[in-house]
Amino acid sequence: MTYCLIVDDSRTIRKVSRDIVESLSLEVAEAENGAAGLAACQVRMPDIVLLDWNMPVMDGYSFLKELRKRPGGETPKVVFCTTENDMDHITRALEAGADEYIMKPFDKVILAAKFRELGLLSETCSV
Amino acid sequence: MTELEFEALRAFLKARSGLALSPDKRYLVESRLTSVCTRFKIESLSRLVWEIKSGRSSALENATIEAMTTNETFFFRDKAPFDLFQDVLLPRYIKERATSRRLRIWCAAASTGQEPYSLAMLLKEAAARMPGWQIDIVATDISNEVLEKARVGVYNQFEVQRGLPIRLMVKYFTQKGEQWQIAPEIRSMVDFRYLNLIEDFSRLGQFDIVYCRNVLIYFDTPTKANVLRRIAQLMPADGSLVLGASETILGITDTLTLDSAYRGLYGKSASGTGTTRPALAGIR
Repeated sequence: MTYCLIVDDSRTIRKVSRDIVESLSLEVAEAENGAAGLAACQVRMPDIVLLDWNMPVMDGYSFLKELRKRPGGETPKVVFCTTENDMDHITRALEAGADEYIMKPFDKVILAAKFRELGLLSETCSV
Repeated sequence: MTELEFEALRAFLKARSGLALSPDKRYLVESRLTSVCTRFKIESLSRLVWEIKSGRSSALENATIEAMTTNETFFFRDKAPFDLFQDVLLPRYIKERATSRRLRIWCAAASTGQEPYSLAMLLKEAAARMPGWQIDIVATDISNEVLEKARVGVYNQFEVQRGLPIRLMVKYFTQKGEQWQIAPEIRSMVDFRYLNLIEDFSRLGQFDIVYCRNVLIYFDTPTKANVLRRIAQLMPADGSLVLGASETILGITDTLTLDSAYRGLYGKSASGTGTTRPALAGIR
């Protein structure tokens, strides 16, 4: 089963994201900041990371740069999911190795379309 | 609205747009036409039907049709039809039109423009393989309101994220506050025109590729057959028609035939007998 790690400091966003991701039949784990996310990746490398940008302890951008340096860290698809909704942030995220970018607020249609684009959902998976 | 008035409205929509509204869709009429009543300062749906029957206001008639049509769309909707375009149709026509270097594409129910713009972006991405080609994308819809939005090419954050890969968004969109506008180089590739599919569209000329997705489902069988037959007339012998995933021509027409290898892809039937066209060999 495809394994998704949600890294976000907002418990509400993690809950909403988890509900959506689980409804797409993916396995889900959560982390509340970048450092906790890296620790989770150390235990089990996810197939996909849904990543907030602004978080305490370690932000999403630092998490991504660190993840990509680690052995096996180039494998997970990383999708930023953030309120940083400007071209400058999007460009920086892509340059740092993000695969996709979601501007909050988002919904199931957007998230499913991004996952499908990354080959993590079947073409026939209904939304 | 009385039963007779509802029937009159159904007859009007069928005659003017081909929209076959089933008797159980009364709730849809009430939910969609209330705003038309407000806009035209009409006190009730009964009065609206009366005004339509009187034939005094074409603006009201058009607004009623527009309100009853479904404009749901998003970039690269369903993904597969665009993979088909990129991986199958485009390589095929690059090869088969190598001499004329001309390709004509028609999006027959373009709504707010996401489908033709998605194709235009794919064509732009393939530009290096098509130097000097003349490419026409004609995008039509029955609603002037959605066509106006399509021509401007400005989308909100939800619209621009539904199906559009972020790298294409970065490449072909400009941020305007909370909105995102598609680049002039993509916008200029698409010619948006008003068109009612139940009326004559032979003036549009021939098309190598026709996308007519998720519109025939709103028509009854004779109307579907009529529209499909006239679409086939606009296609050359090797033309391609792409329908929506849930749509079929089975039992409707023998002027077109299913491509056995690709869901939703139809070619022109050589004999009119509806035989299955062989798969596009060697391209997959």
